[in-house]
Amino acid sequence: MAVLRTRVDPTSARAVANREAMGRLVADLRDRQARVAGRGAGGDEASIARHRSRGKLPVRERIDRLLDPGTAFLELSQLAAGGVYDEDVPSAGIVTGIGRIEGTTCVIVANDATVKGGTYYPLTVKKHLRAQEIALENRLPCLYLVDSGGAYLPLQAEVFPDRDHFGRIFYNQARMSALGIPQVALVMGSCTAGGAYVPAMSDETVIVRGTGTIFLGGPPLVKAATGEDVTPEELGGAGVHARISGVADHEALDDEHALALGRSIVANLARKPPETPWERRTPEPPAVGSGGSDGSAGLYDVIPADPRTGRLEAREVIARLVDGSRFHEFKPLYGETLVCGFAHLEGYPVAILANDGILFSESAVKGAHFIELAAQRRVPLVFLQNVAGFMVGRDYEAGGIAKHGAKLVTAVACAEVPKFTVMTGGSFGAGNYAMAGRAYQPRFLWSWPNSRISVMGGRQAARVLSTVREAALPGGRWPSDEARDAFEAPILESYEREGSPWYATARLWDDGVIDPLDTRRVLAMGIEAALHAPIPETRFGVFRM
Amino acid sequence: MASTRAAQGPIRVLFVANRGEIAARIERTCRRLAIPVVLPHRDADPGLDLLDADAIVAAALRSGADAVHPGYGFLSEQAAFAQAVLDAGLRWVGPPPRAMRTMGDKSAARRLAASLGIPVLPGYDGDDQSDAALLSAAERIGFPVLVKPAGGGGGKGMRVATDRAVLSHALMAARREAAAAFGDDRLLLERHVASGRHVEVQVLFDALGHGVHLGERDCSLQRRYQKVLEEAPAPDLDPAVRDALASAALRLAASVEYVSAGTCEFLVDGDGAWWFLEMNTRLQVEHPVTELVTGRDLVADQLRIAAGEALGIRQADVRPDGHAVEVRIYAEDPAAGFLPATGRVADVLWPERACVRVETGISPGDEVTARFDPMLAKLAACGTTRDGALDLLARALDETVVLGLTTNLRFLRWLVRAPVVRDGMARTDTIDGHWPPPGGWEMPAIPEAAWRRAARELLAGDPGAPAGAQSGEAEAPAGARSGDPWRAGWRIDGVATARIRAGDEERTVRVALDDADPEADGLRAAADGGIHLDVEGRSVLFRLAPAPDVDRAAREAAGHAGSSAQVRAPMPGRVLAVHVVEGDEVAAGEVLVTLEAMKMEHAVTAPNGGVVTELLVRAGDQVGGGQALAVIGGGEGAGPGARPA
Repeated sequence: MAVLRTRVDPTSARAVANREAMGRLVADLRDRQARVAGRGAGGDEASIARHRSRGKLPVRERIDRLLDPGTAFLELSQLAAGGVYDEDVPSAGIVTGIGRIEGTTCVIVANDATVKGGTYYPLTVKKHLRAQEIALENRLPCLYLVDSGGAYLPLQAEVFPDRDHFGRIFYNQARMSALGIPQVALVMGSCTAGGAYVPAMSDETVIVRGTGTIFLGGPPLVKAATGEDVTPEELGGAGVHARISGVADHEALDDEHALALGRSIVANLARKPPETPWERRTPEPPAVGSGGSDGSAGLYDVIPADPRTGRLEAREVIARLVDGSRFHEFKPLYGETLVCGFAHLEGYPVAILANDGILFSESAVKGAHFIELAAQRRVPLVFLQNVAGFMVGRDYEAGGIAKHGAKLVTAVACAEVPKFTVMTGGSFGAGNYAMAGRAYQPRFLWSWPNSRISVMGGRQAARVLSTVREAALPGGRWPSDEARDAFEAPILESYEREGSPWYATARLWDDGVIDPLDTRRVLAMGIEAALHAPIPETRFGVFRM
Repeated sequence: MASTRAAQGPIRVLFVANRGEIAARIERTCRRLAIPVVLPHRDADPGLDLLDADAIVAAALRSGADAVHPGYGFLSEQAAFAQAVLDAGLRWVGPPPRAMRTMGDKSAARRLAASLGIPVLPGYDGDDQSDAALLSAAERIGFPVLVKPAGGGGGKGMRVATDRAVLSHALMAARREAAAAFGDDRLLLERHVASGRHVEVQVLFDALGHGVHLGERDCSLQRRYQKVLEEAPAPDLDPAVRDALASAALRLAASVEYVSAGTCEFLVDGDGAWWFLEMNTRLQVEHPVTELVTGRDLVADQLRIAAGEALGIRQADVRPDGHAVEVRIYAEDPAAGFLPATGRVADVLWPERACVRVETGISPGDEVTARFDPMLAKLAACGTTRDGALDLLARALDETVVLGLTTNLRFLRWLVRAPVVRDGMARTDTIDGHWPPPGGWEMPAIPEAAWRRAARELLAGDPGAPAGAQSGEAEAPAGARSGDPWRAGWRIDGVATARIRAGDEERTVRVALDDADPEADGLRAAADGGIHLDVEGRSVLFRLAPAPDVDRAAREAAGHAGSSAQVRAPMPGRVLAVHVVEGDEVAAGEVLVTLEAMKMEHAVTAPNGGVVTELLVRAGDQVGGGQALAVIGGGEGAGPGARPA
């Protein structure tokens, strides 16, 4: 197989500028992450101290102890809800992710009671449901570390009634349980009202003595409804549920013991991933830029600091992601703006599609063909999305670019192999669909901190709007360039803000912003997780010819 | 005696009936003298039992050697072994068996010294070994008395008895130890001088009857009757006493027609009084300090003497110069009464300095077991002054690292700086009196950099590395082997996270594996069933903390035996029998009541250990489901795990 080589000189001014620019972006990412996760939980020092004083561990410490010693945790959407609400809701008050427990890959959903008592904001619900979706698609056992006051009442209209609102959590639990996807709850704090259904709907439930409570109505509600005076422990503590009601199956002495019981439950799930249709190879690092020992330019060096003046070369990225930098490229001489090819990533076979310019009809058809190959071979698809969109203009419309683009979109939508998308640069217009954007349900979607996403670029959008507006002006013309600029400026500004990866990740348009250097690793973890579901045969829709 | 020596002239091949540092030491001299050496454990006979005289002689003959050096320990002071070597036609690098026999019998040696007018401690060295004889002798000598095996030295089997009761107990134990160590359970008693100086004189005699002394060594610093620090010359020793000791040593050696290197040990008290203790008929562990101040190579001298050569020096030629101090690095735990420690050496780092001598036979991978002497190495330093030598030794100790097992390194660093040692005031009871230092002997806190280094090693390495498996402990986290995407404690924020355990301490450590960490990476670390790091002279083992323990509930319940618990009927039924009465102590699971229900018998058992404080039913009673039958409470009998609920 051909070995990709780099043409980037790490000492060139451009490489240095790129490296420095990405260094600043990653520093910004680290800073944002430290603010929400650096204390072990999202709350401030005082609320974490209060939490601890009750004998409770901060949410990330719970997860650290739940996982197999020394293993990784693929946390999802850590920066969720950043800047969305009037108040800070770090990580949307819930930590979700994938990790190893007793050798079994599991999805973990853990409330952070130091953030607004662990109550569910709209994005908390969205994040919880997204974790469940990942568990469902990849057939991963779910562990719920419950410590939540239930729905955030001031925003109940955005939390309670709709299809993808609070009730969906329990619907998912029932459906997953029916599919044989284990549902395990560790009650390590309150589970009030609707929240009580998380343990009640679980296959196996642990409750912590003294801190865990499960009840449909809390003491104040009981008092109001029936006049009965009752303490939380009497109403729904471990003593009630593990000994009398049977709502919980195991009583734990404290958090740590609950986590041990959770591990024991997982150890007895007796699960095994299905056979893969291929053998995994021995992983090997990329030959190019894998750490600088060979002096070759690193990944940061090849990511343009300014996407308008620099080009992100697809093969330079692929060379730094795949095993041995070996890449079997498909149709290298045809439809060159979409680079397609097979490779191995940490030993797993992958079929990679990477933008290397604007999408033309040829590139779209090539991409559709390539996806058919991957689906046929049951090889996971990796999309490296950096697309300004499809080509526009009379000749291209006449050439049927819409139907050719539709072929690629059909292929992407229907391919049953696990799909993974990394936003490596721009994501604009229909290019987003053709390259497995969020709507195309890739198993995971991650963004680099330099990425941008919007229906079109900010400049184009501002110009389109100002051109539409111009027609309605007296005289059909802007009185001056200044007037046009003044009209365009706020549009540009809002596209700039809404197109940023921080805005996107806060709203769960992705599963997280990653350091580009972690791309290989998170893809490998994603593939490993995805392999817990069988890869079915693909049936494509009608391709418009 | 010389007639039994089959060969004459230079030694052609030397067989070293020993191992470890002394074997390495002897080999070093031989290399310089171009004498080929056979080290059985390295060269010929890895399984050779160094306590089996016949096997050693056979191995020496097989190897083509014509001389045997016994080193120290093992059979080095066994006259029968020396005789067997000589009888096989090999040369013995040591004194004649008859001299060994006389000096090896501590009672005989005492009598010999007394006959030469050399003072010995008031004591008892009689043949009547009955308890009665020993007890009445002790009364006469006056308590406290020191009980010593007559058949051997080295601190083994020695005990101090402060009164009759202690003595009668000590006699039994000392006999048992002496029999095990020397094959001779005879004991002798001496007045115990609690605070004295242990001063010994090195002598060297050739087979022609000519001998010199090489000055004295002070070996007062001991724990458990074993030396820890030795120096030459003895600091501030009255010149008259020094001369008297030297002269006594020469007379004693001459009187047994001694040949080769030997050491006469004396006790010196604060008033300048002194007594002969015993003579060691071999090379001493602490011989390097004498070599450092005299410039001689005692092993070379032994070999020349064994070859029949004349000593070639007169007493006037021996002019000790400067000062030398040696410490012994032991695998032992100074925080736990210097109990020997065992384990595997994971890594060692010795100082490399001018005027510092390192004697060691250990290297990474070596196992230190309870079967062998726990001495790992000796460090000796010399200088023109005593202070200079101690300063140098202190620095050398600071630069020494032994990883993988507990050593006395940190204790030695304290010892060579302790004012009582610096002032030259060391006595045989100094360590007992000054250790642990006032204010306690707090273990130093593990520095942050050490935690980080351990985490880096444990996470970056393959967590399933075989070292953990070797030590028989489950180390590999399930599945997280190299190539596993879920390895290395990775987190989305780039800071790898792991719970790390070191001793009783456990903490979450976060490290950026991709970034250099010079402070942490500069520490010396070794992998062996975890990561070993040096923390101020203590080897600390870091491991990934095991996952939380699911069996804690059961243990806690057992520990809560002190709390009271009601025992209830699991279902309605009739009490067939009651097996306990109030006040009975019961263990968890013990049957309290037999219940008949649904035509079957049901045993109702104690949920935890404790005392039956209330019995609420009698045989024949009809009980309802959930009805209380008995109460198990805490109390005196709740057991060691009991604590209030």
